[in-house]
Amino acid sequence: MALLEVRDLSVRFDTHHGSIRAVEGVSFELEEGETLGIVGESGSGKSVTNLAILGLVPQPPGVIEAGSVRYAGRELFELSPRELAALRGDELSMIFQDPMTSLNPLLTVGEQLAEVLEVHRGMGRRAARRPCAAALGDVGIPEPESRLDQYPHELSGGMRQRVMIAMALLCDPKVLIADEPTTALDVTIQAQILELLGDLQRKHGTAIVLITHDLGVVAGMSDRVQVMYAGRVVETAATGDLFARPRHPYTAGLLASVPRLSGEGSGSLRSIPGQPPDLADLPQGCAFAPRCELVTESCRGAAPPLVDAEDPDARGQRAVACPEWRRLAETTSTAGGER
Amino acid sequence: MSEPLLQVRDLAKHFPAGEATIFGGRKQRLRAVDGVSFDLEPGECLGLVGESGCGKSTVARLVVGLLRPTAGSIRLRGEELAGLGPRQWLPHRRRIQMIFQDPYASLDPRQTVASILGEPAKIHRLAKPRERKLLAMRLLEAVGLNPRHVNRYPHEFSGGQRQRIGIARALALEPEILICDEPVSALDVSIQAQIVNLLGELKERFGLAYLFIAHDLAVVRHISERVAVMYLGKLVEEARTKELFDTPRHPYTRALLSAVPLPDPELERARERIVLRGDVPSPLAPPPGCAFEPRCPERDGVPGERCAREAPPWVPVGEAVAGAPARSCACFLESAPESPPGAPHEEMSPRP
Repeated sequence: MALLEVRDLSVRFDTHHGSIRAVEGVSFELEEGETLGIVGESGSGKSVTNLAILGLVPQPPGVIEAGSVRYAGRELFELSPRELAALRGDELSMIFQDPMTSLNPLLTVGEQLAEVLEVHRGMGRRAARRPCAAALGDVGIPEPESRLDQYPHELSGGMRQRVMIAMALLCDPKVLIADEPTTALDVTIQAQILELLGDLQRKHGTAIVLITHDLGVVAGMSDRVQVMYAGRVVETAATGDLFARPRHPYTAGLLASVPRLSGEGSGSLRSIPGQPPDLADLPQGCAFAPRCELVTESCRGAAPPLVDAEDPDARGQRAVACPEWRRLAETTSTAGGER
Repeated sequence: MSEPLLQVRDLAKHFPAGEATIFGGRKQRLRAVDGVSFDLEPGECLGLVGESGCGKSTVARLVVGLLRPTAGSIRLRGEELAGLGPRQWLPHRRRIQMIFQDPYASLDPRQTVASILGEPAKIHRLAKPRERKLLAMRLLEAVGLNPRHVNRYPHEFSGGQRQRIGIARALALEPEILICDEPVSALDVSIQAQIVNLLGELKERFGLAYLFIAHDLAVVRHISERVAVMYLGKLVEEARTKELFDTPRHPYTRALLSAVPLPDPELERARERIVLRGDVPSPLAPPPGCAFEPRCPERDGVPGERCAREAPPWVPVGEAVAGAPARSCACFLESAPESPPGAPHEEMSPRP
């Protein structure tokens, strides 16, 4: 049994502009020590999926329409708010994108860290000081003792993000959900943080859900990747397979549209035509159809289900939500490894 | 040699900072830009990269005249622009235009596209009201939007389309130079490629020169002929794009390139990454020597702790091409007399 198991999760938001289908039938499993990358552009539902797992979708306007989230055999949607709060920050933890807005500006770093241990471990403020300083040291913050008495505004962006990570890891979580953990950071600081997450995972066997739009970060960090578009999973595969042999036209388009740091630069980038869909007014059938090169009449009927894409070289299961994936497989294999 | 289109020399911008004194001044100076020099030729794209706070956006604002430099010179075809007041700048401004990062914040929500795109021509008295609408329609067509949408408002367009409107506005006065400050970083990946391609096409079609500022090195590599790397208010290296990415000379450039995650699992996992220690120093109190010295993994390669005491000079390195230095670098590893010019960087091991 997987450590975390999400089944057919659907979330919608009822707004003045109508009902927005943010997440539609998303499923995944996460094993201990594994990293699952969730990739997608803004509005693809990647963040909402994970807020729903942690019970953090505001209701209303949010509505969890369907689905189940099992963590270590327990159904999270059946827990009381109190039971869920006891898990959150303890065994299930989360790092948010923006360290500027996720830390309380009125409390010192030490007070915010200690609060976690007070709530989950019943520790007193003074007893918590030592493990808090140790946690800051673990994430590579110099002079952790004196940092405890500083306020968030006294720290740089990279330092604040490390404080967030230290806080998320204080209770040795089994599952860490990292939502764009390095997007607000410069690349040299990003490299520090990613190295740190990798080290901590090796040390504690933490399972990580890594949400990002950066294909480079996914390539380096995750074991498996799930690609989302307009609230649905369109493709899932082992990281190597996904990058080498994308099976969904959206994944292929996404990979082709990022400029590369090495190799010969070509004249123009292959871009995906058109605009991302409006979630309040999704097209009938496949949401990617209006931008898709391989579109057929059947794509405009019903949204294609996620089906197994047979891949003799695949490491693990791979699935794709496109009836035309064989045609894509043919065209990419003839084009052969150009990037 | 003829005059370059744009010649920037020893450009500096210091902002007053810190506590006020009784005379109304400030005690400290924030050295946002501290002696930057580069040339831009017609039809060329110079990429300017660096991390947040390095001063790259301040350079952009100085070059378009939104800020007045503290020192240095900005020459547009030989004409000095540095130190001109806003009114004196106006006639030059149509030759240097700017594209901003945020397509949501840089368009007035209460103006129609026709009015947004017609405004530059109005200010510069280049077109009558009736002509302005036609101009706006031609501009929309040039950036790949439907000219019939000329009476719409910015909120009726998506992020990528708004950035196209921002580009159209910059083109309205037929400039020679476009300053692009992070033009694609607010956009989704699939839309980014559309805008990068559009900028490439416009450059060819109108013979535009770009100063292209971005933190995304892969985008800069794709669009630029030359690239300059900035760190804490100064340039540390400048070279033709291929050479900069293939054989970076400055230790900071090497670290920066190695930190970029590659969208290829095999390459990404196989390579050696230089992880820098610590953070960028404050521009309020830059280190006395080389700004990169406190984080530099290669500083031990320079004898006598010279890096901590002295700022390395900005010098040409490598072979000159057609009388102009092919590349420049500010590092004692490159400029130290013991170091033969043009030596490959792998040999920059500690010297006796």
